[in-house]
Parts: sequence; C-alpha cells; structure tokens
Amino acid sequence: MSIFEYNGSALVAMVGKNCFAIASDRRLGVQLQTIATDFQKIYKIHDKLFIGLSGLATDAQTLYQRLVFRHKLYQLREERDMKPETFSSLVSAILYEKRFGPYFCQPVIAGLGDEDKPFICTMDSIGAKELAKDFVVAGTASESLYGACESMFKPDMDAEELF
Amino acid sequence: MSKAEIEMPPKGGFSFDLCKRNEMLAAKGLKQPSFLKTGTTIVGLIFKDGVILGADTRATAGPIVADKNCEKIHYMAPNIYCCGAGTAADTEAVTDMVSSQLKLHRYHAGRESRVVTALSLLKSHLFSYQGHVSAALVLGGVDVTGPHLHTIYPHGSTDTLPYATMGSGSLAAMAVFESKYREGLSRDEGVKLVAEAICSGIFNDLGSGSNVDICVITAGKSRVPKKPFVAKPSYLYQREGLFIFKKDRGVADKDCTIERDG
Repeated sequence: MSIFEYNGSALVAMVGKNCFAIASDRRLGVQLQTIATDFQKIYKIHDKLFIGLSGLATDAQTLYQRLVFRHKLYQLREERDMKPETFSSLVSAILYEKRFGPYFCQPVIAGLGDEDKPFICTMDSIGAKELAKDFVVAGTASESLYGACESMFKPDMDAEELF
Repeated sequence: MSKAEIEMPPKGGFSFDLCKRNEMLAAKGLKQPSFLKTGTTIVGLIFKDGVILGADTRATAGPIVADKNCEKIHYMAPNIYCCGAGTAADTEAVTDMVSSQLKLHRYHAGRESRVVTALSLLKSHLFSYQGHVSAALVLGGVDVTGPHLHTIYPHGSTDTLPYATMGSGSLAAMAVFESKYREGLSRDEGVKLVAEAICSGIFNDLGSGSNVDICVITAGKSRVPKKPFVAKPSYLYQREGLFIFKKDRGVADKDCTIERDG
C-alpha cells in the first residue's frame, strides 16, 4: 500500500477562456474504510488563487497552514496578494526543502495572474513543477483522470462548458 | 512535539525533520511515492563556432507521461546552458541554485562566467550529497577560453568531451553521434545532427518523447530556437474527434447528452 493511497484523493484543474476550474473529491478514508465524505481538499489562498492538496491528509493540512502563514507574511510585507507564478515557486521551494524526508502531498495550484490570465500547475511531492497550458491532475485517480482529460479537453472553453 | 518557537522562513539548505516520521511510516509497510523523473535523452556537441545542446521534452511519473512538454535545457548564465536528466526536482533545484551563485559571482568579479566555474560548483554540490541528489547533467557554454562541453554524473564525477549524451535514451543518441560526428561541423549540420540524435532517443526509448528542444551557444550569443523540429514517426495516430458538452447541463441530469463531433 503506497502512502498516497492511505487517505486517497483525486484532483484536477483545467484552463478555459479567461477562467480556470479546479475540482476534487471529498472522501477521507483510512485505507479502505471511508471515515468522512465532506473533507476539504481545495483551499483558497486569496480571491484569485486556489491550491488543492492530494495525498496524506495530515501533510496536506500542515502544508496548507504553512503556506497560509507564508502568504500572510508576504501580504504584510508587499501590501498585495501573491501572483500564482510566485506562489507556485514558493510551494516548490517548501517541498524541495524536505527533499530527503518529503511531505507526502501533491499540490495542484490554480489561479488568475496578470490581466486575469489563467495559470495552473502541479508538482510531485518534492517540488518538481509541471506547468501546463491545458490541464493538470494529481492523486490516486490520476491515471483515469489523465485519460478522461486527454480525450475530453478542448482549448478555450467558457465557464459553463468547463464546469 | 510542539516547540514554542515561531516558524520563520528557513535559512536555506535541506531540512530533515520529517525523516524519522517517514521511516516510521515505511516500517509500517507504506511505500514511499515515486518522484517525477525526466527519463530523458539529452545531448551536446561542440561545433565550429560553439556548442549545441539538445533535449527531448517528456517527463514521466512511473509508467505515465506526466508532462508532455517540459523544459530540460536550463539557463545558467547568458553564455552557459545546462541539460538535466534524472529526478526533475533535483535537476531544477541544482541548476537554479548554481545559476544564482554564478550571477553573484559575476557581480563580484565583473566578468563573464566561465564554464569550468559552473562545473566546479555543480560537481561539489552533487558530491557532497553522495549521489542522493539524483541529477545527471550535460553542461555546455562558450567563454573567453573557447567552447566547452562537460557531463556531470549524480555522484559528482565529470567528463570533458567533444560530444556527449545522457539519460535513458543516451545509447540511442550516442549511436547517431558515433557514426556521424566529425570535428568542425557547421551550425546547420550540427543542429541537424543533434535533432537526429534526439529523435533517435525519442523513437527508441520509452522514457523520451514529444518534441525536441535545441539551444545553440556561440561566442557573444545564445539562441534557443522555437522548436524547429517535431519528431515524426513513420505512423502517426490521429485523434478521431472531440467531445462536445451541451450547454444547459445540470449536475445529475438524466437528459444530458454528450455528442461526438466528427
């Protein structure tokens, strides 16, 4: 049993025309037993930036708390919100710092950058960034999600279609 | 286990505080996750006026292609570029780190960076982690002493060569180089040869694929052409059509239809 499969999760983010969509499942399990069906995996960092965290639930929550802390410090110093590109570099650095004893988490970051241009990216558990222009997936169901996204994705969908 | 200190942004370097916990989880039978590898073909060659570096663009996570178009040619200095194979996070972090160190050195010395400087910085970092930072690199650049091409292995050993290949597709690419390389190639011949070597890696190695990235470095200028070559196999699978979602779909709507277009 892999550590990622202990709690289980599925996350996907897609880019549309001036919009993005991020979605996750809401199950929390302990191996095969489901113990919650309303567990939050996507967190808001600020109005135009969301992060979804798949993998071990405890690491996801700890990582989220550390990221919110760093973002609040940034807001105090810079007096503005973090851009998604900057935020993804921050997450990558925090994950790589634990290279030899990693957080068992795969983040999916989605946000609107300058001029509301959608930005999505994902990383493996040690912070290898993977920027994509169409969609990113993470979690235990990533293989099925890759297949579904690959066949059904079209560029420049509007908000309704993306949903 | 709670400490009463405020968690300030770290000073740099690795932090090992989750290692004990991870070992405990591994002892309970939970396997460690696999990291994103670049399972790659990267090549470099020295031609008449400088250095040409080439790389494929596929990143794998186990048997799945995680990124169809990732960048493996990393910027180190205006006259030095580095291709990376191995664990993706390691190659990115190591090249970024040495690139910043080179920039600081340039400010300090007031001169263009030399390739051997980058080489020494990379090899000493990799050696000090005894191969655990799994980054295999092909470093190439042109400085005042001329064009240079080096390979760096994860344990910190280096080679200086006129043409080099690394990664899972290195044997396929080296076969092309060994038969067609000669000294004093022109720019176009060099680019064509590099593209051929990468394509050979793409077609014959499962860990390499997608497109070919090429970077030409000459005295005074580096240029990364925007993907002049698309690797074309003899048989190309064409996708049959796209799915269209009708606009007024509800969430659990029994009447929702998905039409196939084409």
